[in-house]
Order: sequence, then structure tokens, then C-alpha cells
Amino acid sequence: MSLEILTAGPMLTVQDAGRFGLRHMGVSPAGPIDRAAMALANALVGNDPGAAALEFAGPAGRFRCDRPVRFAVAGADCPLRIDARTVSPGESHRLNPGETLTVGVPEGAVWAYLAFSGAIASPEVLGSRATHLRSGVGGRALGAGDRLPLGEDNPEAPCLRPGLRLEAAAPFRETGPIRLILGPQDDHFAPEVIARLTGCDFTVTPQRDRMAMVLGGVELPAERGHDIVSDGTVPGSVQVPGSGTPLVLLAESQTTGGYPKIGTVASVDLARLAQMPVGARFRFALISAREGEDLWIARQARLRRLLEGLVARPEGLLRSDYLLSCDLVGGFYAPGEVVRPVTRPVPEDRP
Amino acid sequence: MTPILLPCGDSAVTLQFGESVDAGANARIIALAAEVEAASASGALAGVLDIVPTYRSLLVRYDPELVRSADLGERLLALASRPPSPGQAGRLWRVPCLYGGEVGQDLEEMARMKGLTPDALIALHSGTDYRVYMIGFAPGFAYLGGQPEILHTPRLPKPRQNIPRGAVGIGGQQGNINSVAGPSGWRFLGWTPLRAFDPDRAEPFLFRAGDHIRFHPIGPDEARALEARSAGGETIVTPEEIRT
Repeated sequence: MSLEILTAGPMLTVQDAGRFGLRHMGVSPAGPIDRAAMALANALVGNDPGAAALEFAGPAGRFRCDRPVRFAVAGADCPLRIDARTVSPGESHRLNPGETLTVGVPEGAVWAYLAFSGAIASPEVLGSRATHLRSGVGGRALGAGDRLPLGEDNPEAPCLRPGLRLEAAAPFRETGPIRLILGPQDDHFAPEVIARLTGCDFTVTPQRDRMAMVLGGVELPAERGHDIVSDGTVPGSVQVPGSGTPLVLLAESQTTGGYPKIGTVASVDLARLAQMPVGARFRFALISAREGEDLWIARQARLRRLLEGLVARPEGLLRSDYLLSCDLVGGFYAPGEVVRPVTRPVPEDRP
Repeated sequence: MTPILLPCGDSAVTLQFGESVDAGANARIIALAAEVEAASASGALAGVLDIVPTYRSLLVRYDPELVRSADLGERLLALASRPPSPGQAGRLWRVPCLYGGEVGQDLEEMARMKGLTPDALIALHSGTDYRVYMIGFAPGFAYLGGQPEILHTPRLPKPRQNIPRGAVGIGGQQGNINSVAGPSGWRFLGWTPLRAFDPDRAEPFLFRAGDHIRFHPIGPDEARALEARSAGGETIVTPEEIRT
């Protein structure tokens, strides 16, 4: 029982909930950039929210299975095709042996998730299947010809969709400023520099990968200097190196760092920031840690309601997705097309 | 040295003991990490996900659905205010090192910079009692402190791309043993067949914060033999228990 990758986009990795409890050993948790989106993709095929699935930026590629499976894409609207038939993201579908699944480029977002019923059953490394690209812990980016084992699933289980049509493939994509909690080294910056966080527009630059995203548009010089004796970092830490250009750490971030951290993006907004396309503009809004916790607790409750509220999708012969497919539109990832990576790595951090 | 609580977002707090490299503060941070770990393991402290001792602070990640930063912060400050228990048991690793050669490519240049012979530099490096201040940056990557000032050497202006696992180096006032291959701007004196990190080994990580390390020179034949044992999944060095 395996998944065969016929072609792979430039940033296709296996991720699960992540590798936890080893930060004190220098191990980055890795795991998904957009945790809620991966949880939704998994739940749509009957998997646990943190089960192993594929994360991609740019086109995911083309896939085939050697047994009937259900699959779902979440995180962004994406062109999806089973052979020549178009299907929709945000709900699950069946893929039979001999059929080819083609998954195109996420639209209006960067990171999306492709989950299969039974989940990817690659070997665990340090208790997790998550890929940490920089260290190679848990594997590497996937390529054409790779085969991934799949776990057992229930072939009788229905395909699912969200109970409320309001919930799209991209959950919780709110608008408004990105909320930020100042610290731990905000005292390295003058009050007028702190004021730029809320008073100036930041932009999303092409320098981004799974480790971090570099922000443009605003410089944040530190009056007390940009080198600190290293301390702990978390996903969401806004580090400011000597260039004055802030970078936001993401799922694959290192565990410690030697740059002052002016603030930390609220947990509730980190995926929304990471999903912003290159060129997007935004501002920060300052909140307290307590407000951040309240927002996160409310968000987790909403996510649980979304996952528990999935319902069976009617699977008749004259399926709407089949009828829609009679009017095929372009925009798919053509096999063999030369693909430029949609992300450029951020500069190496140094020990 | 009263620690202060700093926010680190809405799911982590930092308990900061200072802003510089200080062996005493670092020892307190490592001891506190063990106490927080024990309180978490016994269920006395709920919602703790990660405990990361660093040079100057303790980072504690938590689940806001199980504990709030206001409560957790108070509990951490209370634990930190208790007098540290003296005379902790520690571990000493005697690490074999093949000085010079391909990996230790900077040995002769560094000796020249310091007006020493390569042998004198090796004697200084292997005569030092290093202490692991923290593990960070990469899996099992140990930051080593305690080297004499003459060994302090600035990092290279441009990092090199492919430094192998096991490379033994100096960056500024710190020492290290590369735990994974990768780019580095540090200068390297030698190579050890001891693997600080091996995800396939029963014990994937060797060092923890607070451990002591001493290097001893070995020749190429011994290095090859030890590397073969390491490649077979063996931990080629057993630490000694010491009082610190």
C-alpha cells in the first residue's frame, strides 16, 4: 500500500504534528507551517489532525496509489484533477489505482496540505515523521519516483466536507493587522522604533522558506546592538539581525538565536502571516500575552468545532464535480514543465 | 542575581538571569531546568511542553489551554528563588580528537595567528576543561565555554559551506563539536569520531547542558578504528561521574 510520486513540485515534504519535547537538545519541531490547514486536510479523510500528510508550496505534483484511497487538499484553493476530471479542494475525494491525481499551485496563499486516508506511514525519526529540511532529520524534499507507505484505512468510510459551506479550504484566514506580543528583547529598541511596528506597512519578501520569512519595508535598528548572548527562540519570534531587517521564525526555526527579538507573533496569526503571498502589505497590532492566550484558546475551540462538524459528501454518479469537469479550465501544472522554486531560502543563520 | 520574567509570545516565557556569558548564572539555569522538569513530570506543574536552558535564560514553552503565563510565571519565579542545591553531580566526557588534517584545516593558521607551534596549540586546546553551556542551533550541537583567552578567535568573515559532522572548532570565545554536517563560519582544529547526534542510535544525543568535556589527541589509525565503531551505532565514549 503506497503512494507513488510521479512528479514533485519544488517544496514537497512529509509533515506531521512535529517533533516535540526535544528543543533542549537543539531539535526544531518542524511540522506544518499552517497547523489548522493540515488538521482540516487530515480530518477530511478521517485521519487524526496531526497525522502525516504532504505539505507543498508551488505545485505539489502528480500522484498515484496502488489501492483505493480518499484524499483532500486544504490550506488554499488549488487546481485539483483526477485524470482529466476537476475536483474541489476543501472536501475529500476518492482516488483509485490507475488514476492520476494532479495538484496545482495554491492560489492566494503559499502553503497547502494533501492528506491521504490512512496517512503517510514513513518511518518515525525521534518520534515524528516531520521533515526538517536543513538538518535532514526526518528526510528530504520529495522527488519524482519516491514511494511513501500508507497506513490502513477504512474503505467503507465516506468522503467528507465541512458542515458549513462558509468554511472554505483555507480555514481562519482573517483580515486586519498581525497581532504581536512585545519581547523578550524589545528593550534593545528605542520607543520610536517600536512605534514603527504599528505605524508603518511591512511587506512580505521572496526571501522565505520553512525556517523563516524576511520582512521588508521597515528597518528596525536596535540602539543596544544586534548581537545578544544566545537565548531561546520559538516559531513566531521576530528576530532583528544587524541589517535591521526583521525576520519571523516559522516551523523549522532553530531553537536558539543570537539576534535580539523585538516581539513574537501571536500564535493565532502566525499561519495567516506565513500564508501571505510575496508583496503583501500588513501592519502589526500590539497585544498582551494574556490576550494572545485568549485568542488562541478561542481559535482552538473553533478548530475543534470545524473538525467535529464535518459531514458526509453525497457521492452519486452525476456528481457536481464531474459535471463541473465538463468545462475544463487551464492553469494546471503541466508534467515536465520546468518549475522555478516559489521560495528562496533565507540566509543561513550561524551558530 | 534575581531572575526576571520576559514574555516570549503567548505560549512561551523566558526567565532571564543575565545578559552575558556567566558560568554561575548558567549553572543556576541548568539546575532550575532540572527542577522544572521534575515538577512537570510529577504533575505539579501542568501544561509545560519544552524546557530550554540557554546561556543566560530558561525558556519554557507551555500550552495556554492548560496553563496561563501569569500562573506559570509565578511558579517559575518561586522555583528560581529557592537556594540552589550545591555540589551537583556532573558528567565528564573525554573526547578523542584527530588534530589537523583535512577537517582541522585551520590548525596551522590559528597557531601562526597566536605565535604558537601547532603542538602548543593542541596542548592548550586539549588541556582545557570545557563546560557545555547549552545545546542549540542544531540537534545535539553543544556550545562549549571555558577556554583560555588565547584560544578566542573571531569567526571567518564568510562561512564555509560543507563542514563535516565531528569537526572540532572555535567561534569567538566558544568551542564546539559539529553535530551535523553543514555550513559554518567557525575555525576548525580537528575532528572527532564521537557522534554528538545520531538519530538511529539508542541514545541519539550524547551531551546535555552542564556536562564537562576534555579533548585528547589521537592519531589517524585510532580515529579510523573509532569511526568504524561509531558508524556501527556504538557510543565510543562513556562519561565519568564527577562532582562540580
